[in-house]
Amino acid sequence: MEDIKKRIAISKLWNNAFLIVGLLSTLIGLVLLFALFIDLFIEGAPRLSYKFFASFPSRFPEQAGILSAWVGTSLVMLVTAAAAIPLGVAAGIYLEEYARKNWVTGIIEINITNLAGVPSIIYGLLALGLFVYFFKFGESILTGGLALALLILPMIIMATREAIRAIPNSIREASYALGATKWQTVKNHIIPYSMGGILTGIIIGLSRAIGETAPIITVGALTFIAFLPVSPFSAEFPFISFKWLLDPFTVMPIQMFNWVSRPQAEFHVNAAAAGIVLLIMTLVMNAVAIYIRYKFRKKIKW
Amino acid sequence: MKQKTSKKIKEFLIETVLFLSALSSVLITAGIVIILSYESFGFFKEVPIKEFLTGTQWTPLFAEPKFGILPLVTGTLLTTFIALLVSLPLGLIAAIYLSEYAPHRFREIVKPVLELLAAVPTVVYGYFALLFLTPILQKFLPDLSGFNALAPGIIMGIMIIPYVSSVSEDAMKAVPMHIREGSYAMGATKLQTAIKVLIPAAFSGIAAAFIMGISRAVGETMVVAIAAGMMPNFTANPMEPVQTLTSYIVQVSLGDVPHGTIEYKTIFAAGVVLFLMTLFFNIIGFWFRKKIREAY
Repeated sequence: MEDIKKRIAISKLWNNAFLIVGLLSTLIGLVLLFALFIDLFIEGAPRLSYKFFASFPSRFPEQAGILSAWVGTSLVMLVTAAAAIPLGVAAGIYLEEYARKNWVTGIIEINITNLAGVPSIIYGLLALGLFVYFFKFGESILTGGLALALLILPMIIMATREAIRAIPNSIREASYALGATKWQTVKNHIIPYSMGGILTGIIIGLSRAIGETAPIITVGALTFIAFLPVSPFSAEFPFISFKWLLDPFTVMPIQMFNWVSRPQAEFHVNAAAAGIVLLIMTLVMNAVAIYIRYKFRKKIKW
Repeated sequence: MKQKTSKKIKEFLIETVLFLSALSSVLITAGIVIILSYESFGFFKEVPIKEFLTGTQWTPLFAEPKFGILPLVTGTLLTTFIALLVSLPLGLIAAIYLSEYAPHRFREIVKPVLELLAAVPTVVYGYFALLFLTPILQKFLPDLSGFNALAPGIIMGIMIIPYVSSVSEDAMKAVPMHIREGSYAMGATKLQTAIKVLIPAAFSGIAAAFIMGISRAVGETMVVAIAAGMMPNFTANPMEPVQTLTSYIVQVSLGDVPHGTIEYKTIFAAGVVLFLMTLFFNIIGFWFRKKIREAY
């Protein structure tokens, strides 16, 4: 009897010990992220000023800034969004609403799952061979944007499909019963009702693209750019120009990488400051995505 | 009547456009395979495959180039192994805790925050590995060089904890309640149930999580490019600098290597090895994940 009681006590002790171990293991990542955040902030905050955002990179750490980097990131994101969003959403709609169960659909589905697991730098090699040398886009904003678009395409497709799958069939049937065609059903019901999920997926995808460095390095983005691309807006007719698409560029994570890999400690301060900007950008985007998901979930009740 | 035909044509056109969009994903894969094999075909015309696969020196940028891929492969496996030593136990424990112990409210808050960890740009993690973790580790390990495999490995491990834990947790959540209740009825504690019943029952899902973690660590680029040094070192010593397949590609891309030269082709050869390694792990992971759905 004593023996059994002892064994029960030991089991319970282990069980309770696991409560603490489990909590610690779950939170260690968060604690470290927090430590990183604080460390970055202490290092980099003094460098964050208007001048930092308005200056080009320089040999002198105190004078260097991220002007060409954030302009480059914004333009690259424009290209990425313009390419990946329509393509990804259309593919998602097709696979959920139109696709019949046959071998072509099967291959497309397996393929998308597999693409999501391909390392980002492989997309860089694809873009290098295809866009830089085959299509002769050069080491340009267009190439960089398209490379990132290919990278986030599977994410957007999967998010779209998941959002559409949550819509009950009764909605579709009601629409068909009123004589609507397939496309009318999709346009008037499926897309509006799945908008929350699709938007969440798009924002998370773009936030991932903003932080991606490897594929952009591979396509040959420069690390030192002391000029801006041609402005998309001009005073004369036709007011909008697309010459910037073929300009060389740099982006935020590359600028940060460049500063981290220099031996002088002064440049590490710049790297930390760029890291703060990058981190805030991605975290804000993710927070917005989580908020949208929450908001739409509350609004729609089937 | 006429209106009906034009409506049908419109429907058909829309469906075609949507189908082509879906098909584009297949074209991406085809593009990857074609570009990688085309460029590395040129490489293997100049370098015998045997030398490539068995050579222990990788110095393509030297005057007397050597093209043995093994140092890059061991560098990749070494950092991946360190990352797994960190992420497997912590990820599994976190999954058990979140699925079996944590109160509902706690899980609702922690899970989205854990997802945020995956959103942090990897270049920031690289900064962390080089300028934060390495100096700390050097206090305990005076022999640790400024660039090493250890610090980026640990940081990568922390990076992939959320992946491992969320997939494992889903697998454990999918185990039906009556299996747990059977165990509790026999007098087992939650911990005993988790270890002796849930982990075996959710084995496929946990294995899939681990393998996807491996695949991510193999393909991770910036953390190792920043903190592991760019030294193709044929070693298993985590204290020394190493170079991975990914960071080699970065090193060459940063320099000025002209299109069409053998140096240029080496990054595609390294890319092929990387692609095949991750494909191998992804297929095994896919297979395990398919087994989860069949289980109950």
